[in-house]
Amino acid sequence: MDLFADALPALSDAFGMILQFQVLGFLILGVVMGLCIGVFPGLGGIAGLSLLLPFMFGMEPLLGLALMVGMVAVVPTSDTFASVLMGIPGSSASQATVLDGFPLAKKGQAARALSAAFASSLFGGVLGATFLTFFILAARPIVLLFQTPELLMVTIFGLSMVGILAGRVAIKGIVAAGLGLLIGTIGEGSSAGALRMSTFDTPYLMDGFKLVIVGLAIFAIPEIIALLRQDKAISDRQVLGGGWMTGIKDWWSNIWLSVRCSLIGVAVGVIPGLGGSVVDWIAYGHTVQTAKDRSQFGKGDIRGVIGPESSNNAKEGGGLVPTLLFGIPGSGSMAIFISGVALLGTGQIEVGPSMINNNLNFTYAIVWLLALANVVGTIICIIASGGIARLTNIRFALLAPFLFMIIAFAAFQSRQSIWDLVALFGIGILGIMMRRFDWSRPAFLIGFVLASPAERYTNQAFQIARSRFRRGFDEGLDYIFSPIVIVLIVITVLSIYVGLKQAKNIQAEGDVNSGGKRAPLVFLLAITAYIGLAYWNAAAIPDYAQMDRVFPVFVATVSLIGCAVLLVQMRLQPETTPLFADREVEDRDVNTYGLWPTMGWFAALLIGTALFGFILSLAGFLFCFIRYRAGKSVGFAAIYTAVGIAFICAMAASLNRDFPPGLLQSFFDLPWPLT
Amino acid sequence: MINTITKRSAALFAGASALCFGTAALADGHGLDLSGETVEWIIPFSETGGSARWANFYAPLLSEALPGNPTVVVTFMPGAGSTTGANHFQGLEYEDGTTIFGSSGSTQFPYLLNDPRVRYEYGDWNVVLASGTGGVVYLPADLATAMENGGIDALMDENFIYGSQGATRLDLVPLLAWEMLGLDVEPVFGIEGRGDGRLMFERGEANIDYQTSSSYLSGVAPLVEAGTAVPWFSFGALDADGNIVRDPTFPDMPSFAEVCEAAPACETSGPAWDAWEAFFVAGFPAQKMVFLPAGAPQEAIDTYTQAFAAITERADFEEISVARLGIYPQLTGDAAQTALESATVVPEEASDFVINWLGERYGVVLQ
Repeated sequence: MDLFADALPALSDAFGMILQFQVLGFLILGVVMGLCIGVFPGLGGIAGLSLLLPFMFGMEPLLGLALMVGMVAVVPTSDTFASVLMGIPGSSASQATVLDGFPLAKKGQAARALSAAFASSLFGGVLGATFLTFFILAARPIVLLFQTPELLMVTIFGLSMVGILAGRVAIKGIVAAGLGLLIGTIGEGSSAGALRMSTFDTPYLMDGFKLVIVGLAIFAIPEIIALLRQDKAISDRQVLGGGWMTGIKDWWSNIWLSVRCSLIGVAVGVIPGLGGSVVDWIAYGHTVQTAKDRSQFGKGDIRGVIGPESSNNAKEGGGLVPTLLFGIPGSGSMAIFISGVALLGTGQIEVGPSMINNNLNFTYAIVWLLALANVVGTIICIIASGGIARLTNIRFALLAPFLFMIIAFAAFQSRQSIWDLVALFGIGILGIMMRRFDWSRPAFLIGFVLASPAERYTNQAFQIARSRFRRGFDEGLDYIFSPIVIVLIVITVLSIYVGLKQAKNIQAEGDVNSGGKRAPLVFLLAITAYIGLAYWNAAAIPDYAQMDRVFPVFVATVSLIGCAVLLVQMRLQPETTPLFADREVEDRDVNTYGLWPTMGWFAALLIGTALFGFILSLAGFLFCFIRYRAGKSVGFAAIYTAVGIAFICAMAASLNRDFPPGLLQSFFDLPWPLT
Repeated sequence: MINTITKRSAALFAGASALCFGTAALADGHGLDLSGETVEWIIPFSETGGSARWANFYAPLLSEALPGNPTVVVTFMPGAGSTTGANHFQGLEYEDGTTIFGSSGSTQFPYLLNDPRVRYEYGDWNVVLASGTGGVVYLPADLATAMENGGIDALMDENFIYGSQGATRLDLVPLLAWEMLGLDVEPVFGIEGRGDGRLMFERGEANIDYQTSSSYLSGVAPLVEAGTAVPWFSFGALDADGNIVRDPTFPDMPSFAEVCEAAPACETSGPAWDAWEAFFVAGFPAQKMVFLPAGAPQEAIDTYTQAFAAITERADFEEISVARLGIYPQLTGDAAQTALESATVVPEEASDFVINWLGERYGVVLQ
């Protein structure tokens, strides 16, 4: 591809193509829809694009692209609202934003955190698009350099971020990551199809847990429950007036951090197969490692917002490379994007190896649309942020039922099964306990996200390397220790070294005081029991499926050693050490309600759903919660319930989704939405 | 979006009035009227695969062709290699003709191999469309040159690596074919889609691969043009008498039958060939089918059959379908029924042979 003969004319062609009134109109429409979807936790690009797909058939290609790109580009912008304001990851791309964004909101600096996040998002998005403009012509051979050993090393590098996020007791962080890895291996093994911690009679478990559910359960549920128990607003301080200017200044003074994290986002996005789910963690880890004063991370350091937010929008630009050049989707939303593109016009745009040669002008149109969508989306978000930030001053008991409704709905989109809700609730309890006893939830989540690539690439690299070694020793060595692998090993070792040296300072869970010995010990024993069970279960996999046995057995062994060390330490050390951290003791004075009564409300919603279906039990839940727990009048509760039900029905109708049915529905045919 | 909402609320309204007036829509006896309804098309795979592309292609056309122009939405229900979605569909009973199911070869194979996860029965369902496809095996340029000079014997010493989704999936057909030719192919499992397999080939890690026709046309043809990949053979296609002939989409490529005949190790008769042929016929010429659930009345079957027939008879059908589906039969009515039968029944010897081979070669135990 000649840069001057082909690329520059195509670039200006593309610019002319998108500067049409109609195209811009569709882009803005896409952006607004993307912002609306992204605001709700758990719903992201996949839900949004599915909404658009039915309209793509035969649509004027440029208009369809404007609509779809507009939507995909801004989801990682607007998902920041939930992450910062509620402590709920808006989508998998902004999990790391929660760590510092939410503490800032609690301090009444929500507007500052938001605008810093939006400025970073904008910068990352535009930088990603700019990078893409030049890189896309040269990208093909570079992407092909990333063979399986390289992908495995990238995965291991991602896992090394556990080091920095492990919390005060490093071994607890490692065991948490091990537990995440083990939960990620539940289901059918990818090599030989052996079943781990599941049987043919538990079809739900056979497919393993989905990231949406685990992410919401580990971060959102503990936060909602904790806030509810305190029964006040998220922030007890008034929102700072004009805070959003401060945020932009914050971003500007950390501009180089933003540049570096954007580049990380692009790079990880470009590599197919890893997906974007770890980008924000890697960026967060990098932010912490390169900071001088690390004392405020986890308690509300603005840099902890700028880093991940710069990376997650840049990732979309990077993610377009494998999507457009190879037809390999880097994420779920990119997969739908590909099928959407195939429907446009007469199907003349074919994403894949021929895209650059045949449709370079459309390729550049996509890049330009991406940049433009980021600008438009950010402007809208900054305008809206001041008002939306006031949500943090509302009494939380009034927000919680609404949030819980959205989260349950989002979780149910994963498999459209009542078990989605059971999984959300069950893993939610694990999340609550991990929060209580100061076990690193980020470490757990990184382990969960990387479990499947780590296992898959290990097995594949092993198998291919074996075949190469059969051909010749040198060929095998060349395959495993390519220059890229060696560089990645060096980076990983450095990252672990810096991480372990600093882990004590970075408290992803904030300060937690120690309490008695018994409760932390019981929780540790429960975790040990599960890991032991997973070990026993995996070890029983027969030899012919040994590829599915090695990884879980290895992880479980390491984790069990960690558990054993912790048990010995617990025996020897006094109960004032961080080992026995117990948030129940710490928060004893601020909690107005007990844990189990609060959980009881949600358990009741779950059981109600199993009996009467989601909508009926949701109506009961909303009404009773507002009336009795929040103590509002009957009229207020009735209006609240009506608005809530109308909202969720409108959402489901536009996404064309049903709600979980219960026992009642198996006896009676009820009209939608009660089905 | 607004459009969908109004249609959905119209559906609500229609549902409510249907409660009052009984099944007024069915009263005229000429078939279904789906005005204002939403047809849900369940695809038991994720949004990324070939079935998604196939359903997304047909969905808007089906909406146009069905009486009353209902909204057709494709619902993805992935899980356990499509058995989750198929089991779900098995549990549904015909209500008003607004639920249809799209199966694929990966739904057929576990059924034929008596996979314990299968709780569905093709005999209960009502087929209204059967779409065929083909497959092409290709090699890297250096191996293709070696074969050109030395014949297939030049490949016998090669350690082949193949990125595979699993031996019990559609990959069974190429894996068995290579085994019959005498090649030493080691499948690397855990590939998430055939696109990832192609990427592994492009990276030089895998040195043999196959793609179904539409993915070959979009993904591999440019590589062939660039000289990095060379097509070897297509699996072939069935003629009107049920013989395997060259694939009309790739008339210049030999079919597997031709390659097999020429290879010393391979025979076009005997148990291995019969098994391969049976599973090829089950997996490719009627790979993707559309079903109405158990208990569908004849008028509903007729309505859908006519709708799909109207689509395939459109004047511009070839033009709009060739890039996305390739040139393959899109069968309705009796032809679809025949295709269903040949796709879901294999001789017991064939399935025994394959189950045994899977166990010995890959340690797969289907219990």
